[in-house]
Amino acid sequence: MCDCDGCEQMMQPYLDHALTEEQRIEAEAHLDACSYCRKRYRFEENLRVYVRQAAVDEPMPPELKERLAALRTPLL
Amino acid sequence: MGTALLVSPGMSETGSETAARRLAAEERDRVRFEEEALQLSDQVYRVARHMAGSREEAEDLVQDTYARAFRSWRSFQAGTNLRAWLLRILTNLNIDRGRKQQRTPETQPLEEGDYFLYNRLEESAGGGAGSGEERVIERLSQDDIVNALAAVPRDFRDVIVLVDLSDFSYQDAAQILDIPIGTVMSRLHRGRRVLKRELAETTTEDD
Repeated sequence: MCDCDGCEQMMQPYLDHALTEEQRIEAEAHLDACSYCRKRYRFEENLRVYVRQAAVDEPMPPELKERLAALRTPLL
Repeated sequence: MGTALLVSPGMSETGSETAARRLAAEERDRVRFEEEALQLSDQVYRVARHMAGSREEAEDLVQDTYARAFRSWRSFQAGTNLRAWLLRILTNLNIDRGRKQQRTPETQPLEEGDYFLYNRLEESAGGGAGSGEERVIERLSQDDIVNALAAVPRDFRDVIVLVDLSDFSYQDAAQILDIPIGTVMSRLHRGRRVLKRELAETTTEDD
């Protein structure tokens, strides 16, 4: 077990690929050393994929598509 | 009037011919703009569906977005990101609506860390060896996730919808929502925490 506060703070930007190179190396070094955090990183990663799959399934109603097309400016 | 008809090839255009040509070019630009905007409507709807509280609201929001976009198409700079431009209109309209209805309640401070959901799921899955991350997540149904996302306060949810569901960068999300990039990051962080707390509550209720 470790003091994982710093790791927790770094997790989100790490998953977003928003860390600097230096921070990324630091985060990965910690992940290599700490199985507790490693499991949770994997969990976060999977959860994101899962949320994404669950949330984007609903297609646009075809009537709405027609209504949008009807909003177009008539040709001159 | 009649003089324009007498212009022979090679002679310079009259004012009315130049104007007609310009009008035709503008017409072509507008038609192209409208077609490109309509091609993005599925993606715009998807964002609206998660930003708005209900399907009806999402449909109204998308319709109002396109009405405004078609009206003000001249203010779109060709070559820039049309999807971001449309979503900027959408989020502005959504914010206006939100102001008319109710303010997003202040979220309570989050005592729990990011690992709360994990711990909760692992506990309810029986813990111990063999309860892998995938199995832990599989305990969440699609409805659990959709409902939990809807329960996240709007300001936070908007950022999650843009970054996590629609692949916008922090920078794009900041531009669309007209907020500083640091605010995008903090809302994202807090929003994800709220989402996980909501999910944790759902799984506890299920037990």
